[in-house]
Amino acid sequence: MEQPDQPLFALFLQQQPQLQQAAEAVAAANQWQDKYRLLMQAGKLLPQLPPQWQQDAARVSGCESAVWLYHLQQQQRHLYLADSDARVVRGLIALLLAGINNASATELAAFSAETYFAHLGLAGQLSPSRSNGLYAIVDMMKNLSK
Amino acid sequence: MSRSPIRQQFPILNQMMGSYPLCYLDNAATSQKPERVIQAMDDYYRRYNANVHRGSYQLSATATSAFEAVRRQLQQFIHAAHPQEVIFTHGTTEALNLLAYGLNKHIKPGDRILVDSTAHHANLVPWQQLAQRCGAELIAIPLTDELRLDRQALRTLLQQPTRLVALNHVSNVLGTVNDIAALAQEIRAAGAICVVDGAQAIGHLPVDVQQLGCDFYAFSGHKMYGPTGVGVLWGRLPLLATLEPMLTGGEMIKTVSFTQTEFGELPFRLEAGTPPIAEVIGLGAAIDFLNSVDRNNAQQQEQQLLQQLQQQLAALPGITLYGAHADNRGAIAFNLAGEHHQDVGILLDQQGVAIRCGHHCAMPLMDAMGLKGCCRVSLGIYSNADDITRFIQALRTTITLLTGE
Repeated sequence: MEQPDQPLFALFLQQQPQLQQAAEAVAAANQWQDKYRLLMQAGKLLPQLPPQWQQDAARVSGCESAVWLYHLQQQQRHLYLADSDARVVRGLIALLLAGINNASATELAAFSAETYFAHLGLAGQLSPSRSNGLYAIVDMMKNLSK
Repeated sequence: MSRSPIRQQFPILNQMMGSYPLCYLDNAATSQKPERVIQAMDDYYRRYNANVHRGSYQLSATATSAFEAVRRQLQQFIHAAHPQEVIFTHGTTEALNLLAYGLNKHIKPGDRILVDSTAHHANLVPWQQLAQRCGAELIAIPLTDELRLDRQALRTLLQQPTRLVALNHVSNVLGTVNDIAALAQEIRAAGAICVVDGAQAIGHLPVDVQQLGCDFYAFSGHKMYGPTGVGVLWGRLPLLATLEPMLTGGEMIKTVSFTQTEFGELPFRLEAGTPPIAEVIGLGAAIDFLNSVDRNNAQQQEQQLLQQLQQQLAALPGITLYGAHADNRGAIAFNLAGEHHQDVGILLDQQGVAIRCGHHCAMPLMDAMGLKGCCRVSLGIYSNADDITRFIQALRTTITLLTGE
């Protein structure tokens, strides 16, 4: 599969401090309205995936919305870029990247999406039957790193 | 909160989803079950679980009479001419598949099969497969701009020889209703077999197959307050008798040797294997439930709620309704301008509101409407004004969250 060059991955990585701040804000929010507002704002911190990379070949199956995911290994680090056409899923992707973008293989293997999203107070979003496909995205990220 | 006697019979409805009361508006996907259905199935397993039709002992005789009594209940419920016209299946999908398979020998290369453009995949893919097996041609019946079946276009299509026409009774996405009585007459007069998917009608409309005049009618138990895993294929006896069984094996035979097998009589020849006995008995209890309520009145009230909901939805900023007509049944399809249907569903879910967002197993309809998907809200016999108020309130909150940033 053809995929974006390193600079686009770097653009996503640049956002990492802001994404991590956003994740902390989501974790700190008490009301679900606040959590989701902050989550969707986190999604807006992600760079837009240029239309030429919204390819079917990069789509994560198992999501009701369209989700595109790319991976690049740089030295011992795993870089990701991802996007969705739905706001909530885009926000979930932003939080996920805040947690595991630029991770080592060991860190990725040890990463538990359940624990991470429970910490954010979004555990309900992770159940495998949910149509948002968050499980599928995490699985795909781990698979791409192998 | 006002709780009508009907609503009180559904234990699941009285619960909280987090800090919000459950607002169940996904009845087109499946309806909830009244206490008597749950009890009937429980009772079967506790008191008279045995395989049907073959036991030489009392328990099996009890199970068999209960099972066969439901066939006669269904016969009366849909006004079938004979009990053996009621074939038990696992649901509408199996019913339509066993019909499409059973018609293998009826379809010749070049035959034309017409399918409703609003068809659920269960009433499309089996015909597509049949057409591919037999070299027949599958043709979509066009829709009007109002997303109703284009009757003039159907008339034109029927001017050429047509073997079979598969229709929706009620669209699972839009809630639009086809006038089956009128359509079936034209279709049969043109010499074609008329098949109707009644999955979305059976819980919302009186279904009288004599009055409808089609050749086959399929529906699911779980959309009429009965259990999942049971459904019905009704067919006119002479046509049913010509179907080639899709499933072969136990229960459906007369004699078997290693050289040949003689199939049994209807309905058993189309019901191979142990049937879903508890589910059939549960379906019988669902019919008892429906017969115990004033259905005309209940349907009228449901219809009023649907119309109120259509009006209230249409008045919200950015909401577009699809194919919404006053005579629709059960369901309303909509989108929020510029927003993904899934986002709407996720944010409603946070507020205890259960609706369905997606393509609703009707991808060709989504393509025809130029949509990736949509939201669908659908009512049941227990839906009330509180549900509508809660849903509209939750949708307002959703709109603010999505667009008010």
